[in-house]
This record gives sequence, structure tokens and C-alpha cells, in this order.
Amino acid sequence: MHEVLGTTTDGDLVINVGPQHPATHGVLHLVITLHGETIRKVDPHLGYIHRSIEKMCESLTYRQFIYVTSRMDYLSAHINNHACALCVEKGLQVEVPARAQYIRVLMDELTRIASHELWWGAMAMDLGAFTPFFHAFRERENINDIMEETCGARLTMNYMVPGGVMADIHPNFQKRVKSFIQLFRSKFDEYNEMVTGNIIFQNRMKGVGYLSAEDAISYGCTGPTARGSGVSCDVRKIMPYELYNQVQFDEILETGGDSFARYMVRLREMNESINIIEQVIDNIPEGDYQAKTKAVLKLPKGEFYTRVETARGELGVYIVSEGGTTPYRIKFRSPGFSNLSALDHMARGSKIGDLVAMMGTLDLVIPDIDR
Amino acid sequence: MFLARYIKSIFQAVRSLWIGMRRTGYYFSHHKEIITQQYPDNRETLQLPERFKGEVVMPHNEQNEHRCTGCTACELACPNGTIKVITKFDITPEGKKKKAIDKLVYHLELCTMCNLCVVACPSDAIVMAQTFEHSVFDRNQLTKILNNPGSKIMEGVE
Amino acid sequence: MFSLSGITTALHDWLSGRFSEAWVMLIEMLLAGIAVISFFAILGLVLVLMERKVSAWMQIRLGPNRVGPKGMLQSFADTLKLLVKEGMTPNGADKLLFNMAPVMAMVIAMLLMAPIAFAKDFQLWDINIGVLYISAVSSLSVISILMAGWASNNKYSLLGAMRSGAQIVSYELSAGLAILTIVVLSGSLNMNDIVMAQENGWWIFKGHIPVIIAFVIFIIAVTAETNRAPFDLAEAESELTAGFHTEYSGMKFALFFLAEYVNVFIVCAIGATLFLGGWMPFHIGNWDGFNRVMDFIPSSIWFLGKTFLLIFLIMWFRWSFPRLRIDQLLNLEWKYLLPISMVNILLVAAIAILGWHF
Repeated sequence: MHEVLGTTTDGDLVINVGPQHPATHGVLHLVITLHGETIRKVDPHLGYIHRSIEKMCESLTYRQFIYVTSRMDYLSAHINNHACALCVEKGLQVEVPARAQYIRVLMDELTRIASHELWWGAMAMDLGAFTPFFHAFRERENINDIMEETCGARLTMNYMVPGGVMADIHPNFQKRVKSFIQLFRSKFDEYNEMVTGNIIFQNRMKGVGYLSAEDAISYGCTGPTARGSGVSCDVRKIMPYELYNQVQFDEILETGGDSFARYMVRLREMNESINIIEQVIDNIPEGDYQAKTKAVLKLPKGEFYTRVETARGELGVYIVSEGGTTPYRIKFRSPGFSNLSALDHMARGSKIGDLVAMMGTLDLVIPDIDR
Repeated sequence: MFLARYIKSIFQAVRSLWIGMRRTGYYFSHHKEIITQQYPDNRETLQLPERFKGEVVMPHNEQNEHRCTGCTACELACPNGTIKVITKFDITPEGKKKKAIDKLVYHLELCTMCNLCVVACPSDAIVMAQTFEHSVFDRNQLTKILNNPGSKIMEGVE
Repeated sequence: MFSLSGITTALHDWLSGRFSEAWVMLIEMLLAGIAVISFFAILGLVLVLMERKVSAWMQIRLGPNRVGPKGMLQSFADTLKLLVKEGMTPNGADKLLFNMAPVMAMVIAMLLMAPIAFAKDFQLWDINIGVLYISAVSSLSVISILMAGWASNNKYSLLGAMRSGAQIVSYELSAGLAILTIVVLSGSLNMNDIVMAQENGWWIFKGHIPVIIAFVIFIIAVTAETNRAPFDLAEAESELTAGFHTEYSGMKFALFFLAEYVNVFIVCAIGATLFLGGWMPFHIGNWDGFNRVMDFIPSSIWFLGKTFLLIFLIMWFRWSFPRLRIDQLLNLEWKYLLPISMVNILLVAAIAILGWHF
């Protein structure tokens, strides 16, 4: 097992990619076995950013633990908080007011766009194109400004609370979201011009990192990773929460199964999220933004599980309650962990450059994998 | 036809590259599109939204009065033990004992700006301030006492 | 009119009047050496700043604007930082090769400077096989990269160096063939003769489509040869952290960095000389007035202008495109560039023999 240090017996080169490596976007440690430039094996080592969030949550009350989950998948912080809030509401059997549901869906979709936006830039950067990163941040900055105005923070908002949202939307919110939609629409073609249509990019992406539908299911891949292989797994469609059964949107499916298919799924999902926002933004009903809940929340004895669709896939929250004010046990089913497990299968036999492209298309957020 | 396909593929490749170069070339020559904010220079004009969660403060009015009753709701709501309420007993003019705060200690270094304390406060005594330049050379300075020295509770706040 | 050749001639005359011939030669060699080194230093600073500004504007940023007026002293500050940094040698490294590699990269880049005609009658070494000399010496640059990669005792460096070896050796071919088209047309290997052959028009205008194809191939090939993106596989930072110079720090790293920029300058200077007429002003057929105005611009400005245009083109590539994969890189060379340049050189030979060029 100490092959980490040198070469294997048959002369293959063993390389530690990470934990400090520009392509791993954090502290992921991949031990890859190389035969020349060809990858024989990828062995992810986790734990470098393990903060025992699940254990921390056990000592926090049902109102308090939600803020910690923003730090798991920090790029879809809203959606993480949403999942936890949903789970607590399920236990409390609280009906969320319609206005709060609309706001939650809007925030989720904005977060999804922001996350995909960052993924797009980082993915292009993995392939060696630096410029798209800054262009992606221009649009993402707009979303962050909207979030800052309404939620008071740019990344870890802690805006969703059990029973609704923490505060009403800012008076400017609708206006700014609409102007963002306009900006996004006007800039979206550039994404295709600069990256998607580029012949070098297409050659780098097409046909590499193939993941068949069967493998995607057996590795437990969810989200755009599985949808790129043609597996229908959008939680918003198959198990709608909040408003998602009332808005019209398509589940994006690509059947290629390669890196390019996963790329296209995410790119098209951004547009689909814009569609959802457009349907919802003008129809936010008046009313309370938060249901009346007790000051101290106590979940009844039992087990509760909810799942939502984050930008990376299916996030499950599993709470075991003993009837007290804090959960007895919390388990998060994070999308990144399952998606990462498919990396070895995808990467075998391809080149190092492809490994970077595959990791890009998996859209790994390391704190989400490690928690 | 192999040769036709060969030449066509080259032509398409060059075209796709040119489209990308045209886009970067556009931004190269159009400096109006630059979005950089010159941060330390634009301090005066920098406007943060009023809801921005920078740090917890306790507003006082002109008479050096605050609204905190010392109920410790914020202390209980805080997930990190950021806030510590130290209470004392005041003697009211009628001669009754009344609970009031001696110190409200706020550990900025522990705070995650989750806003739960502000939401939990029944008398709106604490709010979030829009400051964000928190770095100091000595971390003791991050432990703050939110109520001013000699401050009293406002009339009518229960 | 202002001309660099006047200065050199005056200097030569002045020295000849005071010293014996051997001393004059020694002093002139010394002066030329100092001139080349200081030119290198200035070039590195200017090109680094240019790259940072170009990339910033393409990336809707402002770029360096703090040090000096409009950030113009930024690269001085960078150099100062690199100078005072510790130059580390990793454990288990081959110390001799490790320390020699950056110097070697620099020396090779300097050697390439010799036969380039910077202005009218202003050349370090008017060698009659100038083009051949450049092709020969520039292929040595792979040795410094291999040395650095091997001696670093780092797997990333080794992979980067091996990639670079494969890459430079293959792209030499099409770069050489592209250069050869001009040699065929001009009938000379001498840089000065090639420039003089373009007196009535630059080769890129005179040589019809084959020369334009050769020019495009040349630009692609030299981009690859100098390890610039999209062909920067030797230092692909998302895959190999920094490739062959992963372990280098401080001034040793700065030398590699400088050598890269100087190489870019030199290949662009060669491209400008071969295809865009070197220091030759832009002339249009019989427009005497226009041509006279063009002649009024000093030849050194013409040369530097053309060179920097090509440098900008290469920078533009870098900030627009993603990186190729190693097998695609070799495919591009062996399946596209090489066959095309071979057919192309046949066409050019036919043009040259039949005298179809203008």
C-alpha cells in the first residue's frame, strides 16, 4: 500500500495529485497510477477538509444546525439550507406559506445558476483557458449582489429557516432579478462562442470520461453527472418539493455519457433555471414569508428524510429524532461523494489531461464530499 | 470524399477558433466592459446593502440607552457561543430588583454572521452592522462589549 | 534621418582611430554582449507587463495599475521580488543539471539573437546561413527543459519535460518547412538577403496563398515550440502544477520565465523577418508619395512594430483557447501541419521556379 511514495512493481508511475494541486479545487487527494501518460488507476483519498459537520449538528438545535450546512456545498448554500429546513418542517408538519415557497424556489434557482456559472469558469480553467473564468464571474457577481441585498451575505446566507425564510425579499429584488435575466440572456451566447464551440474544447471533451447509464446508477451518481448519461434523476421532477410541480420546466437529459454531455447538461440547466425564475418572479403571492413556529422546535420521535436537487445532484438529509430539541443523529447524503466514486471508473485508460477535464465535469466541491 | 472532408474540418476548426478570438478581441478593445472595483480606493463610495451582515452591534440612543433586557435569547440562539450575556440586578426607584445587563460580550472571532441572534431578540436590541473590515493585529480586540459603558435600558422596553 | 547603423558606424570609426584592430574587435564584442543582455532584461520586463495587460483587458480586468504610472513598473517590482526570494534546490536533485538548466535556457535564447536584423544595417552577426543557424540553435532549447525536468527529482517535472521533448521535436519539422518556403522564394539563407528580397513587397503579399498558409503554420508551430498556450503542455498547470519548472524558485525560475519571453520575441522576430519584411517599410506598388512617407518611419520601428504585432497575436491565442491534450497535439502536427506544409512547399517551389510571385 506504500506505493504512494514511488513506482509500482511493474514500473508504473504513482503520482499524488493533491491535496494541494491547482486542478482539484480544494484539498482532494488523488493517488493516480500512470503508465506513461495513461491512467491506470485513480484512488481518491478523502478527509483533508473533514469538519465533522454531522456530529456538530447533533449538538445544535433545529434552528441552529442549518447554518452549518451552508459550509458543506458552499456553492449551493441555499439549497443545502433548504433541504434541512424541509426535513425539519416534515418533522414538525408545518405548512410553509406560499410566498415563502416562491422565494425559496427563486433562491434555489439563482443559486443553481451561480453554481453552474462558477463551474463553467473553473472547468474552462481546468482545460487551460483562463479568460472564461472572469467572464463567468461577471454574471455570478450579479447573483451574489442580489443575494447580498436580500439575504445579507454573498456565500453562506443562512436564509432558509424552518417554516419559511428568514426575511422578506428586498423591495428591489424582482427588479434586479429581471435585469439579471436580461444580462444573462445577452451574455449566454458568449459562453458558446468562447468555450462550447471551440474546436480544441470539443476535442478535449467529446468521447472522454465515458460513464454508461448502468454505471451511473450503480455508482449512485446523481444530478448533471447522471443526467449526462441519460439517467433521469432530477428530484425536482421525480419527487417535487415546494413549487416544482407547478412550474413548467424540462429535465435536461443528454445521452452521450461523456464529458461533453455532462458539460451540455449544466449549460442547458442554466437556461432552464432562468425559465423557472421567469415563471415565478412576477407571481410571488402576498402573505407571510414565514410560518408561525414555536420558539423552541422539538421534532417528534422518529426518522425523517428529505431530498432536494442541488446544483451537483441529489442531497438527502436524514434526521433521527429522539423527541428532544437537538437531533439524535443527522446524515447527509451528499451528491459529490457518490459522483467522485465514479471517477476511477471513468478515468481508467485515459490521459492525465482528461482526468482534469473529467474532474471538471463532475463539478466537485470538496467540502461537500468530506463534510 | 476524404480530401473534401479533411479541408472542411480544417476550415470549421479555424472558424471556431476565430469566433473565440473575436470575442476576446472585443473585450480587449472595449475597456468600458471592465468590471473591476478598485476596492481600497472606492471606500467612500462603497455602499453595502442595509441587510448586509457584517457584525452584531447594539444601537444606543442619544441618552446612552439601549433596548437590551438581558433575556439571553440571543445567547441561546447562537450556535457557536459567540454571545455571552452577563446580567446584574438594578434597583428601580420603587425599590424593586430588576434584571439588567452588565455586559453583553460578543466574540467576533467566533461569529458566523448567521443572523439567528438578531432574529431571536424579542426587543430588537441588537442589529447587524454593515462593517466588514474586521482585521486587527491583536485578537483580543475581536472580543467586544456591545453595550456602552454606563448605558441604561430604554424606558418602556420590557 | 535617424538610423541605428549610423550610430554603430560612428562608434566603429571612433574606436578604430584610437585602438588597434584587435582591441577594437574585443571592445565591440563586449559592447554587443552588454547590449544584448540589457536588451534582454528590458524585453523581459516589457513583455511581462504586456502579457499581464493583454490578459487583463481580455478578462475584463484592469491589470497591474499600482506600481509606477499606470502600473508600468510592476515588472520591476516582480523582478525585485524574485531576486530576493530563496532559490531552493530540492532533495535528491541533480544539483549541477538543476542549476545549469535555467542558465542554459537563457544562453540558447541569447545565441538566437545573433543573426536577427533589428534595423537597416544593424545586426550582430551577418552570417550567410542565418536561417539555418536559427533552426539549429532553437532546437537546442529542448535540452534545457529536459535537463530541468530530469534534474528536479519530481514526477510532475519529468512528465512535463518528456511532453516538451516530444512536442518541440515534432513542431521543429513544420516550423522548419515553413521557414524553408521563404528560403525557396528568396533563394538565400542569409537574413539580410531575405529582407532585401522583400523590398518591393513582403513575402506574405507577394507569395500568394501558399505563403499565407506557411505563415499560419509557422505561427502555430512556433507557439508550440515556445511552449505557449494552447500548447503549454510542458507546464500545464491544471495537470502538472507547473511542469518542468515546478521545483524552481527565485531567480532560477525568473531565468526560465525570461527565456520563455525572449524566445517568444525571437520567433516573432524571425516570423516578421521572413514573412513581413523585417525592417522593410510597407510599400504599395507605384504610390510614390505613400511609399516616401512609409520610408520616413525608422526601420527599427518597423521591425519592432511587426514583431510586437506577432507577439500580440501569440498572446491573443494564449488568453482565448483551452489547452490541447498531448495526443491531440501530436496529431495536429503529424496529421495536419506536416502534410500541409509538405504539399505547400511543393507549391512554393513551383511558384519560385515558374516565377509566379510578384
